[in-house]
Amino acid sequence: MPVFSYIAYPKPGAKADLLHHLSALEECHAAAAQEKDILVLVTDTPDEESEKRLQRKLKKIKSLQSLSMTFGHVDDNSKP
Amino acid sequence: MDMNRRSFIKSLALNSALTAAASLFPGVTFGNILKQDLPAGSIAWKKAPCRFCGTGCGLLIGVSENRAVAVKGDPSSSVNKGLCCVKGYHSVQILYGKDRVTKALVKKNNVFVETPIQEALDLIAEKMRSTITAHGKDAVAVYGSGQWSITEGYTASKWFKGCIGTNNVEANARLCMSSAVTGFMTSFGIDEPMGCYEDIDHADVFITWGNNMAEMHPVLFSRMLANRKSKPHVKIIDFATRTTRSSEASDQSILFKPQTDLAVANAICYEIIHNKWVNWDFVNKHVSFHKGKTNIGYGTEDHFAFQDQAETVDFKAYQKFLEDYTPEKVEKISGVTARDIKYMAALYGNPDLKVTSFWCMGMNQHTRGTWINNLVYNIHLLTGKISTPGNSPFSLTGQPSACGTVREVGTLTHALPHGVVTNPKDREMASEIWQVPVENIPAKPTYHTVEMFRALDRGDIRFMWIQVTNPMVTMPNLKRYRDGALKEGRFIVVSEIYPTPTYDVADVVLPSALWIEREGFFGNSERRTQHFEQIVPPPGDAMCITWQMIEVARRMGFEKQFPWPREKYIESLWNEYTRFHDDPRHRMAPYQELKKRPGVQWPFVNGKETRWRFNPQYDPAAKQEGFDFYGNEDHKAWIWIRPYEPAAESPDSEYPFWLNTGRVLEHWHTGSMTRRVPILHQAMPNSYVEIHPDDAIHLGVVNGGKVKIISRRGSIVMTVSINGRGMPPRGMVFVPFFDENYLINEVTLDAFCPISKQPDYKKCAVRLERV
Repeated sequence: MPVFSYIAYPKPGAKADLLHHLSALEECHAAAAQEKDILVLVTDTPDEESEKRLQRKLKKIKSLQSLSMTFGHVDDNSKP
Repeated sequence: MDMNRRSFIKSLALNSALTAAASLFPGVTFGNILKQDLPAGSIAWKKAPCRFCGTGCGLLIGVSENRAVAVKGDPSSSVNKGLCCVKGYHSVQILYGKDRVTKALVKKNNVFVETPIQEALDLIAEKMRSTITAHGKDAVAVYGSGQWSITEGYTASKWFKGCIGTNNVEANARLCMSSAVTGFMTSFGIDEPMGCYEDIDHADVFITWGNNMAEMHPVLFSRMLANRKSKPHVKIIDFATRTTRSSEASDQSILFKPQTDLAVANAICYEIIHNKWVNWDFVNKHVSFHKGKTNIGYGTEDHFAFQDQAETVDFKAYQKFLEDYTPEKVEKISGVTARDIKYMAALYGNPDLKVTSFWCMGMNQHTRGTWINNLVYNIHLLTGKISTPGNSPFSLTGQPSACGTVREVGTLTHALPHGVVTNPKDREMASEIWQVPVENIPAKPTYHTVEMFRALDRGDIRFMWIQVTNPMVTMPNLKRYRDGALKEGRFIVVSEIYPTPTYDVADVVLPSALWIEREGFFGNSERRTQHFEQIVPPPGDAMCITWQMIEVARRMGFEKQFPWPREKYIESLWNEYTRFHDDPRHRMAPYQELKKRPGVQWPFVNGKETRWRFNPQYDPAAKQEGFDFYGNEDHKAWIWIRPYEPAAESPDSEYPFWLNTGRVLEHWHTGSMTRRVPILHQAMPNSYVEIHPDDAIHLGVVNGGKVKIISRRGSIVMTVSINGRGMPPRGMVFVPFFDENYLINEVTLDAFCPISKQPDYKKCAVRLERV
């Protein structure tokens, strides 16, 4: 049951478009900064497969320049 | 509960992103999103200091059904004011790795066998007794850590030094900050920083000396950035040997050739004097001048011994010494332009600017670590920029209780909880508090860390109990010391939480309570003692290490020295330990006070913490007008003549690259905990070697390719990183040491500062071969 959060960087001038696209995804909760061209994004998916599908969807968003992860949680702790 | 927990984790995820955004873009806001509340329910919040670096961030641990489920920054902690770094936010997950050691293990026929813990403790006591009988008291040793809780270090010191009668007590903090200690002791006669983190809010200029704070002390770095955001004139200068995330966030990045920080520091002092920026009122009243021995060696041979000798000199002698360090001459040695040297000197020399210098491993892991500490103090002393808000030479620490447990308790071979073993009065104090005959406490130090592992290899030490540390990853010139630990006739006990390369060499592994699974105390970089209660139960047979030692000590006949019941022993040990510091210069807060607060700075006198030492406006122990450097008998701070001397090993035609080692943001030291946190492991799964792009072209390697790193001691094949997180200059490679699959310390050199005995992990010579 992965939960992640990110700082999302839009392409120049595309903050509103990026917020629109992220907000349209059921697994995403996004908010745009008022003063800067960044967003915060929290994702919540039920399992690893869903997480991979979401990652593919995120990669297709043209207004998204990059994601910088700030938090991650998966229930399974494993030895490296 | 599942839904509550899930929404709770999402709230934490959101808070992490908001905090990260706020640290990157101070003042940024996200409208109504901040109004989301964390879910109510059965989660209780308990305070604890962070388990990782020496910053000592205050955390609130969310507990549900005896399990730590969440972390947030403690807004009432003056250290971090509610902020955490990525390791802090994920810290409770270190408790729940699948391969946690939960049972005592005894090696039989080279295989670990689960054993009742009381039986394992019996075996340890028997082995210690038989080793002492056969080989003498100095054949048994304890090697601990700056991650020891204060009572763990104190119990080890009392038991080994006071009861058994050997000074074979060392801690891994020898590897990370003993040069800072000897720097303080030689310049001020007393250990630990005079300033505090509040200096960050007051300073106009920050100069970081070989210190990648953006990754190693990210919360403090964020505080610097916040100061600069609110005061546009504030400058951050990154003075380092490679380009890092800290360089990118700084106003200026100045690179120097390894080891030449010694020359640059002297050149800054030359400029300060040459331009008449000396604060003569301060210098005349509060400074004396000294010189020590030169050409002092590097300690690479067994039984190396060195004793410095201070000689008092006058200002003219110091000024004459500095004539060899004009900016133009030093430019040739250091690669730093005379213009940049003059720029830094002008910042320090400007009487209208408050300057804070930060450093950590770059200056301490240095074969002249004590000297470079002295030289940065020289700069602050010449300009009088010390012991006042914002004017602060500040040595940061890498472990949560390197200061609290190792420096304050004195868990090093030469030290006692108050003073040193060579001082009869300090031994008498210890014997009285410990209720042991004074003759029990040997007057002569035995082995510092490198020499302790050499003694294990030679067979002078036969029994070693390793606690809360992973020397089979961290010792320089590692192969010799691993082979030594595995020799016949050696008995190694390891108190551990997870399998590690050190666990692999053990004869007995004791499952140990980790962090908030037992009550304890840490002491951070700014003299702040932080208490934490037992918040969750340890798994299986895991036991507090303090209690492990008490159990064995009692089996060896020391019940009188460790009489307390299990319900009260931590409080009792604290009360006994603080008798050593019942002095306005070092008085610690009482137990009940520490339980109430997120941390208390010492000296704690008449219910008040001391923010800036040596300044009578803030420090009740300072009695002289202006400043009182009471650690030295002359009540003055000492400026030292310390020359530039080369590294123990420098690149040559056969080994043409410098090898520099260090850490990364996501992992803490050897990674034995953080690599078991999936998200941190996934973010930084493996170690790598950073190479300059031009060197990569010359070698014919590309990003993701492989090179063999070869030194005179060993070799290792690693993946190449080009233009990654950090970039070394041409002729240098950098390797993080967090990954036990890539033991870079098989390549490093066990040379050390002859005064502090701290090894230099930042400089040795290697060659590279494309694989």
